Amino acid sequence: MSEESDKFCRILPTFRRLVVLLGRAFSLAGRNWSLIDAQLAGRTIAVTGSTGFLGTALVERLLRSIPDVRLVLIIRAGKRSDVERRAARDIFKNDAFDQLRGRHGMDGFNEFIAERVTVVEGDVGTDGLGLNEAGRAALAGCDTIIHSAATVSFDAALDTAVEVNLLGPHRIAMTLADLGATPHLVSVSTCYVAGNRRGNAPEELLAGGPFALDINWRAEVESARRIRSDLDAQSRTPERLAEFAKAARQELGAAGTGALAAKTEQLRQRWASDALVDAGRARAASLGWPDAYAYTKALGEQALIETRGDVPVSIVRPSIIESALTEPAPGWIRGFRMAEPVLISYARGLLSEFPGVPEGVVDVIPVDLVVNAILAVAARGPLDEPDVTQVASGSANPLRYRQLVELVSGWFKENPIYDRDGQPIIPPEWRFPRRGRVQAQLNRATTGLRIAERGLQALPLRGKQAQLGIEVAEKREMAERAKTYVDLYGAYTQCEAIYQVDQLDQLRLDLEAEGAGPSAAEVEHFELDPRVIDWEDYVRTIHLPSVVESARVKTTPGRTTGPDRSERRRRQILSEERHLAAFDLENTLIASNVVASYAWLATRRLGRTERLKLATKLIAEGPSLLSLDRSDRSDFLRFFYRRYNDAPVDLLAEDAAELFSDLLAKSYPDGIRRVREHRRLGHRTVLITGALDLVVEPLRPLFDDIISAELGMVLDEDDVAIYDGELLDVPPTGESRAAALIDYAKAHDCDLAESVAYADSTSDLPMLEAVGFPVAVNPETRLAAVARKRGWLVEQWTKSPGSPGRLLPIGPRASELRRHAKPQPYDPSAAAGTP
Amino acid sequence: MTTTPPRPPRSPIGRRKATTRTSVAGSRTRPRPGLVLDVDRSTPPILFHHGENFRLEPLPSGRSRIIYPPDPLPGLTDPDGSIRDALDNPIDADPLRAQLFAGMKLTIAFDDISLPLPQMRKPDIRQRVIEAVLDIAAEVGVDDVHIIAALALHRRMTEAELRHCLGDRIYDAFAPDGKLYNHDAEDPDGMTHLGTTGAGEEVEISTRAVESDLVVYVNINLVSMDGGHKSTATGLSGYRALRHHHNPKTMEASTSFMDQHNSELHSANWRQGDVIRNAGVKIFQIETTVNNNTFGTTGPMAVLQKREWEWSGRDRAAFIAMKSGLDRMPAQGRRRVFQNWRAPFEMTSVQAGEIEAVHKVTTEHVYAQQAVPVEGQTDIVTMGLPYLCPYNVNSIMNPILVMCLGLGYFFNMYRGRPVVREGGVLIMSHPTPWEFHPVHHPSYIDFFEQVLTETTDPHKMAHHYEKQFAEDEWYRHLYRTSHAYHGVHPLYMWYWGAHALDHLGGVIIVGGDTKAVRRLGFRPASSLNDALEMATDVVGPQPTVTHVHNPPVLMADVS
Repeated sequence: MSEESDKFCRILPTFRRLVVLLGRAFSLAGRNWSLIDAQLAGRTIAVTGSTGFLGTALVERLLRSIPDVRLVLIIRAGKRSDVERRAARDIFKNDAFDQLRGRHGMDGFNEFIAERVTVVEGDVGTDGLGLNEAGRAALAGCDTIIHSAATVSFDAALDTAVEVNLLGPHRIAMTLADLGATPHLVSVSTCYVAGNRRGNAPEELLAGGPFALDINWRAEVESARRIRSDLDAQSRTPERLAEFAKAARQELGAAGTGALAAKTEQLRQRWASDALVDAGRARAASLGWPDAYAYTKALGEQALIETRGDVPVSIVRPSIIESALTEPAPGWIRGFRMAEPVLISYARGLLSEFPGVPEGVVDVIPVDLVVNAILAVAARGPLDEPDVTQVASGSANPLRYRQLVELVSGWFKENPIYDRDGQPIIPPEWRFPRRGRVQAQLNRATTGLRIAERGLQALPLRGKQAQLGIEVAEKREMAERAKTYVDLYGAYTQCEAIYQVDQLDQLRLDLEAEGAGPSAAEVEHFELDPRVIDWEDYVRTIHLPSVVESARVKTTPGRTTGPDRSERRRRQILSEERHLAAFDLENTLIASNVVASYAWLATRRLGRTERLKLATKLIAEGPSLLSLDRSDRSDFLRFFYRRYNDAPVDLLAEDAAELFSDLLAKSYPDGIRRVREHRRLGHRTVLITGALDLVVEPLRPLFDDIISAELGMVLDEDDVAIYDGELLDVPPTGESRAAALIDYAKAHDCDLAESVAYADSTSDLPMLEAVGFPVAVNPETRLAAVARKRGWLVEQWTKSPGSPGRLLPIGPRASELRRHAKPQPYDPSAAAGTP
Repeated sequence: MTTTPPRPPRSPIGRRKATTRTSVAGSRTRPRPGLVLDVDRSTPPILFHHGENFRLEPLPSGRSRIIYPPDPLPGLTDPDGSIRDALDNPIDADPLRAQLFAGMKLTIAFDDISLPLPQMRKPDIRQRVIEAVLDIAAEVGVDDVHIIAALALHRRMTEAELRHCLGDRIYDAFAPDGKLYNHDAEDPDGMTHLGTTGAGEEVEISTRAVESDLVVYVNINLVSMDGGHKSTATGLSGYRALRHHHNPKTMEASTSFMDQHNSELHSANWRQGDVIRNAGVKIFQIETTVNNNTFGTTGPMAVLQKREWEWSGRDRAAFIAMKSGLDRMPAQGRRRVFQNWRAPFEMTSVQAGEIEAVHKVTTEHVYAQQAVPVEGQTDIVTMGLPYLCPYNVNSIMNPILVMCLGLGYFFNMYRGRPVVREGGVLIMSHPTPWEFHPVHHPSYIDFFEQVLTETTDPHKMAHHYEKQFAEDEWYRHLYRTSHAYHGVHPLYMWYWGAHALDHLGGVIIVGGDTKAVRRLGFRPASSLNDALEMATDVVGPQPTVTHVHNPPVLMADVS
């Protein structure tokens, strides 16, 4: 390459930017396309999907730029809030409306919204849109309807995608026909309806175009519905239900019937919806679409065209919509969407590879260009026949995958995000492998990690060792997420279709030609030309900073100062507002268990050989006891406590007083201090344990109350009180522990939402779930996983370093004490104890 | 600096056999007195105790000296005969037999597990003395006898420990029906308030002792702090009375608490003793002293009792073997080895009768064994702290006890003036592990986590925390029913070092857990050289150094 051309290449981007800037200035100065606001002024426009990314931008632009426009927003009611509240929270609170808020002031803004916007409850997933009479009337009075509601998630379940994306536009048309109204319906679709194909994809209706497939959308709807009910039935077969129950137990352990049932049902539903996702993806792939989204959107267009009746229809097909170029603010974005998680995962170093064709085109379009195109179509009005406008950059101003990757990786190298320790994360180098290879790699990794995770769960680990399980689970989830990204989005980085924008250009030219509007200062500018995008500028100064900001990742070096999450949580727990603190005993406050206590007590008065024998026997029984304990803790306790049958009550009480010191040797000083802190703060403290009352009796001064298991007593033939080995009541473990806590709280007028519970195992889940502030102490692997998912405080309490330990579960002998059961008189004549 | 007495002939290690002048207990040759050795270039590295291990450290020549304890004094040839003789011929009192009568209430109180250190080989002196007392009591026909471990706010002794102290015969005869027990200073029904001293100090001791016709106190006077009125006024007392002299003000005014004539701690105990006497409590005090034969003159530990330049080839081999063994052993194992060591102490005197008269004689015996005349103070004092202090027998020497042993006990082993000048630096060597015995020292753990993170000033902690720790119900419960030191005990341990904290310009711990040392408010150093270098910040360049070669215990008479 010659020197001049080299220089030229270098100045080219600068030159282009200059042209763009000049173009903008010029357009502002005289050439304006103010026809849009003039045309739309005073109209009543209905919008669906206004709570989404595109919808919010659309509503904002309409309210800000179109004089006297009135909006009818069709919104689905939330699970807990009505549509008005949802509109206020999910739409108008957004920072997109900052300009309008600035213009009107806070109160003025609310008034302005109340005056211009009518919110109507409705759902495009329901026939007749689920409108009430007022809603129907509002819809009937509209001049234009912009349909942007869709389930955009690429891994939507087949039936949801069909109901919303496929049937949505059709239902709107049917409802309008029903109302006898014929407003201009602008339906938002996607460029990807063109499917996985190479080469030009023109702006034509699918049915009339060269890629038309002879598919009957009604049959597709039918089959999707049938698949749903088939899968639902399959998920309820006895074999499947047994599988789900087993998996639930594997995840939660002996967490009690309630928790296990809830988990089993959750697993069943998840299985069915996962299967539906797979079904959607498979059906889409079989017909040549990248995913269920594009497939249902394509059929949605077809259904709309077929059943539109008298309603004039225009279709707008954007490609991948990303953050705003200029409006409402440069970089404005809402939600964590398609490319964002991938970008952030990359910057975090989690995605070490991503498939793609380096010279392929990634068709990205800023949201404001899409908004403008929709408004331009609406302003232009319907044509005689349904028309299609594509809003894409691929043909006019292509962004190559390699360029994108270079821009992104360069930017993150200059502006790294930081890990928890404040060290910068260096983004990995991508080598553009084939999709299959990456998928295979990730599959292997996921499978290996899943096996490791299962293995760790099966081991009796707790505390810091259980954290290993957490780390493996985190890695596995990471790998699974990466796999999902590759599965879902890989198609888009490999797509080689070029979306034509002739219609869009025509639209722009028409407007330009007609545009001879009022003076420059008052003119609203509606950018329609994808050629104005300077990709380097867009990616580096607009899109990435915005993505990083909305992802709330750490962007400054150094350790985070101030209290961390756990510390904040701890402060909440140790606030004076709490009412009650409930503690489990074993492995929460003391590193011991009922078996060890039993062994200590049982061996204390045995000869040396018998002691060893008993200890060996217990150790041999270990695995079976452990598995019984895992399957049902109350059953285990009942079974195990039978061994106390015939034990003399007095003797055990005496020995238990000595056992106390042994328990203290295994105690967690931090735990004991925590109990005392709660008491000092005026919280009620209660120990709820499956251990026997005689064992925990010496701990009574530590707590306000103790709820423990109690053994029945009888008199033997010598009238000595002995234990009968049977429990007087259900032992307070699992659900009965939660029940005991609930009863206790009620009896002492404590609010459980303001209470704290400490426990170490999933068998305590019902108790932990019953309170507002659960704490997992030295959790076993499963509870550690649950605690992580739910953001519970995890405490790692250890025995006092250097505390004496004993290898075998044997108590020190009550040696000579028993040798002379009765006190001997002091005999001066006996030889002194000289050696 | 001069040495007294004149320096012994010196020879490079291993060339000569151990000198024949080294006292061998039983050989009855006249043992050598203590020694202050000036360090010169021929002085070999010096042994520093270092918890459950040792360090050999060279001391800077020309400006260092080492204080060695005297050799062990010979023990009494017939201990049991001497005991009987003391009981029959007491000082300023009627013979024990004359004070006993049938139908009386007799209480025998004895020093607890904190004495002697380490625990002595069987039979323990207390067993010998109490058996002699019980023999006479049985002959006279005394039935109502209680035997009480006078442990004040220390932990309850275990069955095994009581058996070791008193022997099986006494244990089996008295323990099963509750006549041999640990003192319980928190028993609301077990303590009697006897009045107030002229200085306003309350006096409260065990009700059983108050109601007895005679209290026989059996003591082992290991160091000059022990014994006298302190036996009863402290040993059988509780927080209500102890707080009047176990406080920073008293401890700072006790210079030192090992020297009863300059010790406010002792003055207060003596005032309380007067109140006890005036309340009509009759006490027959039996005090005993032991020699300093801590590690034996033969056997694996004997080398620890020898002066380094006199080590023979065998001694060096024994030391190297012991050290390399210890280095390889896990901490728990090392602790077990050391805690199982029983010292071959021998009784050097026994005297009975009136408390003050008896204690005067006892103190003379203690000084005869331990005193070493030392001329003048130095800028720096160094000491190697062993594995044991009075409060971690069969337990763990936690960081607070490290402070107490160094700044409380060892620092105060002086008469006249401290070995180190005011504003000088104390360097002690101990691993100071961040470890606590959860059963014995529960309130220490909380003290370490809650109090020391806030302040290391004894006055501040006394003001803000003493009451809270002393009156805590949980600690009280643990003290009474388990084997825990009283809740207030860690604060007392800190007060024990108050005089040293007041006197010193800095404290450095060599080879300690860095975090634990910092928590104590001291500076950590990895070697003695580093520590000496760091100390020059405080005391200036080329400081003079004194190493106190303790244990075996020695008491510096600083002129």
